[in-house]
Amino acid sequence: MSSTSPSHPANRRRHLSDRAILNLFIWPTLILLIAMNIFPLFYSLYLSFTNYSAIARQIPVWIGFDNFSKILNDEQLWQYFAITGRYVLLSVGLQTILGFGMAMLVREKFRGSGLLTTLILVPMMLSPVVVGLFWKLMYNPTFGYVNFLLGLTNSSTAPDFLASSWAREFVPGLALTAVVVVDVWMWSPFVMLLVLSGLKAIPDYLYEAAAIDRASSWFQFWRITLPQVAPLLLIAVLFRTIEAIKSFDLVMGMTGGGPGSQTELIAVNLYRQAFQGQFRTGPASALAYIILIIIIAISNLYIRFLNQSRGDD
Amino acid sequence: MLNKKSLLSIFMLMVFVLGACGPATPAVTEINILWAQWDPADYLQQIANTYEKETGIKVNVIQEPWGSFGDRFFTEMAAGGDAWDMVVGDSQWLGQGATLGHYLDITDFLVDEGIDKTVTPATLSSYGEYPTGSGTYYAYPTEGDADGWAYRKDLFEDPAEMAAFKEQYGYDLAPPATYEQLRDIAKFFTRPDAGLYGLAIYTQADYDALTMGVENAFFSFGGQWQDENNNVIGVVNSPEAIAGVEFYRSLYECCQAPGLSNAFFAEVNDAFIGGKVAMAMNYFAFFPALVNPEVNPHAAGTGFFVNPAGPGGDQYAALGGQGMTIISYISPERQEASKAFIRWFAQESNQVEWGRVGGYTCNINVLGSDEFLNATPYNAAFAETMTFVKDFWNVPVFGELLLVAQTELGKYIVNGEGTAEEAMNAIAEQHDAILTEAGLKK
Repeated sequence: MSSTSPSHPANRRRHLSDRAILNLFIWPTLILLIAMNIFPLFYSLYLSFTNYSAIARQIPVWIGFDNFSKILNDEQLWQYFAITGRYVLLSVGLQTILGFGMAMLVREKFRGSGLLTTLILVPMMLSPVVVGLFWKLMYNPTFGYVNFLLGLTNSSTAPDFLASSWAREFVPGLALTAVVVVDVWMWSPFVMLLVLSGLKAIPDYLYEAAAIDRASSWFQFWRITLPQVAPLLLIAVLFRTIEAIKSFDLVMGMTGGGPGSQTELIAVNLYRQAFQGQFRTGPASALAYIILIIIIAISNLYIRFLNQSRGDD
Repeated sequence: MLNKKSLLSIFMLMVFVLGACGPATPAVTEINILWAQWDPADYLQQIANTYEKETGIKVNVIQEPWGSFGDRFFTEMAAGGDAWDMVVGDSQWLGQGATLGHYLDITDFLVDEGIDKTVTPATLSSYGEYPTGSGTYYAYPTEGDADGWAYRKDLFEDPAEMAAFKEQYGYDLAPPATYEQLRDIAKFFTRPDAGLYGLAIYTQADYDALTMGVENAFFSFGGQWQDENNNVIGVVNSPEAIAGVEFYRSLYECCQAPGLSNAFFAEVNDAFIGGKVAMAMNYFAFFPALVNPEVNPHAAGTGFFVNPAGPGGDQYAALGGQGMTIISYISPERQEASKAFIRWFAQESNQVEWGRVGGYTCNINVLGSDEFLNATPYNAAFAETMTFVKDFWNVPVFGELLLVAQTELGKYIVNGEGTAEEAMNAIAEQHDAILTEAGLKK
């Protein structure tokens, strides 16, 4: 018998079974997933029903739905939800329009289109905190570029965007709009990128057939381009909506939630409750779950709409 | 010739003598102190290096960025961790640290060694005592700090400016003695066309900046956060408290430089260095940059003054700074080694050195010495300020109380929403609910 025979005990040790290989690949990942995602998810769900502080050295005390009840009856928190809602609507709406528009512009190849596309994509590659801090300087009413480019150089009559004031008069919503502008600047390229891949996938024969039928450009856009791109556009909108609801770093870098509570998005407030000397871990977990439920609900609506647009329903 | 018995006796004697002469805690060779990442922590490391030379015990000052300083400390404490032997923690942490058992009670140590008598009573109480007035101490006042003011001496002492001011207001242009004077001067120097504004004050919504800024006027106008029984209704929203908050809003409205709606120490210093303001309110710990000609082009013409008095003559400053605390979870040997370091650090000669390298001592004798008072242009103002400091709550629920104050003050002062009375009524109502729930009302 040869020493290299498959039935030799040494070979059996060297060759792992399919089952063993499968386990070797799956279990480390599963263990990590359970330890880093699944366990914290369920543990924080449990904590949301307790009166617990991560720094209190006391075991969590079960209080049922008290945290949820307090949050849902807290007018101040609903104001933060309303601010977040306005932010999401404005930000995602503008990103969709601009992103779509930019994708249409760079759809056709022209000299320098590759470079232009790359340059457009640069903002989304930057760190949101860095973007926030830079835009904070650019919005500065005395030395910032924004007022200079707008021709508003008289500091007594110029706007102070991040202070929500114009000519030293308080203008509600101005600071939030200023943050929205930066978010749109940063993330419209993301929408553009997804829409562009959708546009490139549309078969030419559809437009050729439409041209033979003498269909107008508007008709072609409305009946060919938009329906073909819609699934990818909706995915872009879905991602951006989820991200906008969770927005934190950009706002913290630019305004810290201020002035007053003008830009206090719900994620910023969640951070304040969970950390910053408070460590209200139980209520913060409950608030995090409410935000999660809202995100899941909105995502479900989008996905239903997406399936409808694909004709799956 | 020595016999065996004699040799043994000499050996025993040598062991005894060497043991008595050696370090008090020979088993401990290293001490770790946690502090925030800023210049004073570097200064402490400098001082600590001398301690290592003298005793052989290495002291590591571990620095954590301000943004995560509290988070890192309290999460470690929640686990009963002994990563550090001491922490130079915020005065507001005292309640949590003491009641949750993180801090070691060092009353006997400070009193028996007479260390409590070496520091100003206000700093001992603010940085070390919990509950306030109890005589129980948890920290040695290490880095004294409070709010003061920097001003442009070149503007204040300009003959043309002085004459114009006197003509307009009827008294001499000088560092203000009252808040009314401060506002007059701020208005006088507010000249948007020239890019100059009266002042820069705290407005940041994040953590405690706005509340600390407001406290300067709030306390000096007679405002209080609580009475002796921790009642807040009728105290936080007293007419004096409302007037103080109203006044701070008037300063922001009339004279704050544009772009400072979310300002804390860095933004305030930037505005002053950039020549945008005539006066800047800030913690003394951040004034060294203003006298550094490499940083501030107006360094030579920068002066400093203490918080002015309110309408009733009360004069207070919001407290900053920190005390050095021993962590209770470390071994008794490490606790003793930590006490030995505090004992050494509290010695007057070392406090002189602490002041010399840039630390803000709380030692009475050093604060009053000519050497300290003349060491920098702001030390005299600092020494005076440390006699009238006042702080926010330091109870375990201070974070919740602070968030309420930040939110309501932000709405009124920065947004201009509602009135000062409405803001203070809202704070009083919410503070009352938090204190009642926490069982802190007497």
